[in-house]
Amino acid sequence: MKVTVKYFGLVAEAAEKSEEVLELNGELTAMELKSQCLNSLAIADKESVQIAVNQNLDDTITLKDGDEVALLPPFAGG
Amino acid sequence: MSKYDRQIKLTEVGPEGQKKLRSAKVLVVGVGGLGCPATMYLTGAGVGKIGLMDHDKVDMSNLHRQVLFQEPDVGRSKAVVAKERLEKQNSEVQFEVFEEPLTIENAENIINQYDVVLDGTDNFETKYLINDACILANKPWVFASIYKHEGQLSVFNYEDGPTYRCVFPKSTRQNISCEATGVLGVLPGILGTLQAAEVLKIILGAGEVLSGKLKLINMMRASEQTIKINKRPEEVEKIRQNGIAPVYIDCDLKNKEQWYLDVREVFEQPKPKGKKVLSIPMGDLTSRYREIPNNQEVFVFCQSGKRSRNAIEILKNEFGFHNLKNVEGGIETIIDG
Repeated sequence: MKVTVKYFGLVAEAAEKSEEVLELNGELTAMELKSQCLNSLAIADKESVQIAVNQNLDDTITLKDGDEVALLPPFAGG
Repeated sequence: MSKYDRQIKLTEVGPEGQKKLRSAKVLVVGVGGLGCPATMYLTGAGVGKIGLMDHDKVDMSNLHRQVLFQEPDVGRSKAVVAKERLEKQNSEVQFEVFEEPLTIENAENIINQYDVVLDGTDNFETKYLINDACILANKPWVFASIYKHEGQLSVFNYEDGPTYRCVFPKSTRQNISCEATGVLGVLPGILGTLQAAEVLKIILGAGEVLSGKLKLINMMRASEQTIKINKRPEEVEKIRQNGIAPVYIDCDLKNKEQWYLDVREVFEQPKPKGKKVLSIPMGDLTSRYREIPNNQEVFVFCQSGKRSRNAIEILKNEFGFHNLKNVEGGIETIIDG
């Protein structure tokens, strides 16, 4: 199945892209996909990155074909 | 003709709405990139009382985005300059100046005196502090944050809605300021203006308030989207039960054998651990300089490397220290991990 992953803030910067389509094998929760996506990236605090699936903040959802996952780090600038 | 004629004409405002605005009290925490445009529009709209809270002084590097300030204001208190400018814009608005940071000690008391809080801060600690104090005081707050070309916006704790801790339960050390990353002046301009719009809707009871939603804006890509957020009742309940949860963000420094001097204020984060890290804020240097070792190399740091450079000058010229080295780039460059 295919899911679209959208990256924001310093996650997008570390990934050097703002969006990609991933081909997934087997069942995966949003949290598992996040770990997979962030694993190789140089991000100091991965726990702080939140997950939205289809514009809903939730990391417990099991992903299905066509889902859109957003990885949202907190910002502090003002 | 009335000062507010053009907005009273709107059915969402009308004479009744204008009265609501006139009796409303809004606290703006941080009069910087977000707070400047926000306070200008709130002042224009005739909000009755605006609290201007900022312990910082105007710096030349602020002027490209902090639109209340002008070149002759450099070095002066942001809160005081903001009051002077805004009073000229609308003499009917009452301003209260707070030249102090929001702290665990003063937050609930100050916020209790206002109806809505507008977050113009640039650090996680104060955002969590506003959040927790607003939960205890039962007030809504309008949040915004930026990172380079992106912004986040939401209204928290509005009519029992989700709070900041419902989105980001835990604070993070990744506190990256505009100073560090750079920002185009228009981005905080856009976000601060949207914050003012949310405040006006809350006061007027008009339209749809951005509660339960997190708006994400990317200025460079000209894109935006809205994420639905749900309340995590246990996060809110924790604060109600235990009071404001202080955010202590600790960290390790790379070299544990090295002496360090931290000249930042006590509320600045993260706080490095270790026996060889001295914490003496700038203002206390002249009374506490004897605590600093003078027979071995000491690295002096602050958030950016600017204040620590000044501290070294003072310690060298007034107290004869010759063993101090500046940490260029600030604390982030010496953190381990």
